[in-house]
Amino acid sequence: MSLWQTIFPYILSGISVGGQYALIAIGYTMVYGILRLINFAHGDVFMVAGLSMVYLAASLPLYLAIPVMIILTVALGFTIERVAYKPLRTAPRMSVMISAIGVSYLLQNLALYITGGLNKNYPEIPWISDKITIFGATTTRVTVITPFVTIALVLILVWVINHTKIGMAMRAVSKDFETAQLMGIKINNVISITFIIGSFLAAIGSMLFFTNYPGVVPTSGGMPGLKAFVAAVFGGIGSIPGAVIGAFIIGICESLIKGLDTILMSQGVIAEQIGFATFSDAFTFILLIIILVFKPMGLFGEKQTDKV
Amino acid sequence: MKKDNKKNFISLVIVLVFLGIVLLLDQVIKPTDNMSMLLTVLQKGSVYALAAVSMNLLNGFTGLFSLGHAGFMLIGAYTYAMLTIPDAARADVYQYYDPAIRFSIPEVLSNGIGPAGTALGVLIAVIIAGLIACLFAYLIGLPVLKLKSDYLAIATLGFAEIIRAIFQWSKLGPLTNGSNLLKGFERTSTFKLAIGDFTLSLSTFVPVLIATICIWIIVLIKNSTYGRAFVAIRDDEIAAEAMGIDLAHHKMLSFCTSSFFAGISGAMMAMVLSIAQASNFRSAMTYEILLMVVLGGIGSISGSVIGAFLFISTSEWWLRGLDSGKWLGISAPGIFRNGFRLVVFSVIIMIVVLFFRKGIMGDKELTLEMVKAWPKNIFNWIRSIPKKIKSLFSKKEAK
Repeated sequence: MSLWQTIFPYILSGISVGGQYALIAIGYTMVYGILRLINFAHGDVFMVAGLSMVYLAASLPLYLAIPVMIILTVALGFTIERVAYKPLRTAPRMSVMISAIGVSYLLQNLALYITGGLNKNYPEIPWISDKITIFGATTTRVTVITPFVTIALVLILVWVINHTKIGMAMRAVSKDFETAQLMGIKINNVISITFIIGSFLAAIGSMLFFTNYPGVVPTSGGMPGLKAFVAAVFGGIGSIPGAVIGAFIIGICESLIKGLDTILMSQGVIAEQIGFATFSDAFTFILLIIILVFKPMGLFGEKQTDKV
Repeated sequence: MKKDNKKNFISLVIVLVFLGIVLLLDQVIKPTDNMSMLLTVLQKGSVYALAAVSMNLLNGFTGLFSLGHAGFMLIGAYTYAMLTIPDAARADVYQYYDPAIRFSIPEVLSNGIGPAGTALGVLIAVIIAGLIACLFAYLIGLPVLKLKSDYLAIATLGFAEIIRAIFQWSKLGPLTNGSNLLKGFERTSTFKLAIGDFTLSLSTFVPVLIATICIWIIVLIKNSTYGRAFVAIRDDEIAAEAMGIDLAHHKMLSFCTSSFFAGISGAMMAMVLSIAQASNFRSAMTYEILLMVVLGGIGSISGSVIGAFLFISTSEWWLRGLDSGKWLGISAPGIFRNGFRLVVFSVIIMIVVLFFRKGIMGDKELTLEMVKAWPKNIFNWIRSIPKKIKSLFSKKEAK
């Protein structure tokens, strides 16, 4: 087998995973851009989106279940911001971060209670779950359409941010919180809309993500959430194109590392399994630390200076 | 000065009395008793108390928001486990690998100097566990301590995940047993002291004692010039630097000290649970420890201890009925089923985080005067409740 034929399936799944991370990463990067808060609960919102789809699809037809799931997720993101972050707006940043960790803990425990800790099978969504063959690699259709869906959504989002009034308000708030407030921008509305957009994208992301996985468990959100955050840092936090590019890089790297043993063995570089797959999660963080040490503001982040 | 000495003497007496009570409870309560939960709480609580205090040293006193605690505890737990598995049991533990370490420190020492050697061996293994965690902290600290708040948090979190992956790597199987767990090492449930015919059970006393000593040392560090320098860095880095405090040096010192004690608490955790498994030391564990610190009050050592014991006793003991259908006489099997305890518990935590941001102690320490003033304060607080409720309803949206 040629090198390309061995690598191609991994790259394909990497691009797909990257697209899913990108949709989550936008939620992180937008919130960070405005509130300077690592929203640790965002990964769990993503998990809740997956779980609510499982329960909704059991009782509703799919064409109703999907919109209801999206509405529920958006409502959850909105509620979290209003209940857990808004009262702490004047508090030190550490308190807000702790509150985010608390929300994440609450959502995970709630999911544990509702599911009883069991793996819930994700419903099969027709058409996108179908098997297809592309360039000799067999995969599901969702793998192929994910990057296109992601890029389309990102383009719409970038257009919204650059060409609408609310987008302008968002840019103003992320530049300077207090001045924007003085200029008459309703800061709470802007923040709420940021959370709504983030949760909406996480809901779409969860649909694409869980279709390719056997099921949803309460801890399903943790790792993708962290990786998406790393992607946001990698691309320069606050920058949407940065987060998307970061997410694709991380997705592809992760997928290649998962298959590195197989790839190297097929090329005769190594004779036996080395177990690189163990590091598929850790590699993301290695990448994070490298970028933080050498380019702390990420690939596209703006340089900020501390004032005394 | 004289007053200080008297205070120190009183607190020493209190600690000794407390240790005496623990030793007594250890003998009186049998594992089958209803009250045996108390021993579990004391054991686990002391593990988490040390972990929380060591995290507070870094996050509360030095102001470095690090989320890598679970990683250092993992290093401690594994180091301790690897060093104390008896040689005979190794083949059984390392089923798929050829064990690389072929000795156990307690075993070697007990062959040399008798039963006291086992205790000494355990102690040495615990200290080595701390030192290895400290060494890793030094290496990790070199690149990450330059980072600022959020970035530091996420980088340390990342390192904890990397450490976990390394310990689960199959190529290190001869040392760490790959992704399988380590067991069969010296654990607290077997700690006993034979005096003549009488066997003294030490299974709760030992972890409580280790935690007490370590926390005592942390209190001493906090009150030393180093501790003051840490607080200065937290309050204002630039001012601290202007006063001649070497930022990089002190940050590293705080990071390594904190990790040293995190390593020891990891070793204690292995001892108490009698297994060490990398997959237990997830970031969720760091979050739990952080929530204990917040519950007790960031920047208060006694607060962290209270927070840890409260966290453990609530989640392990007092709310347990919520999982099994009956709690405080209320029976509702439909709602009170598996996991409900944790939901109630996390709601309580969220209430503390949102409305009692200072936690139980704020940044004050528990002192004798405070305990003496309690009855009066509680009375005043109860009296002020109607007023508070009133003001809650008449509150206008503050801008």
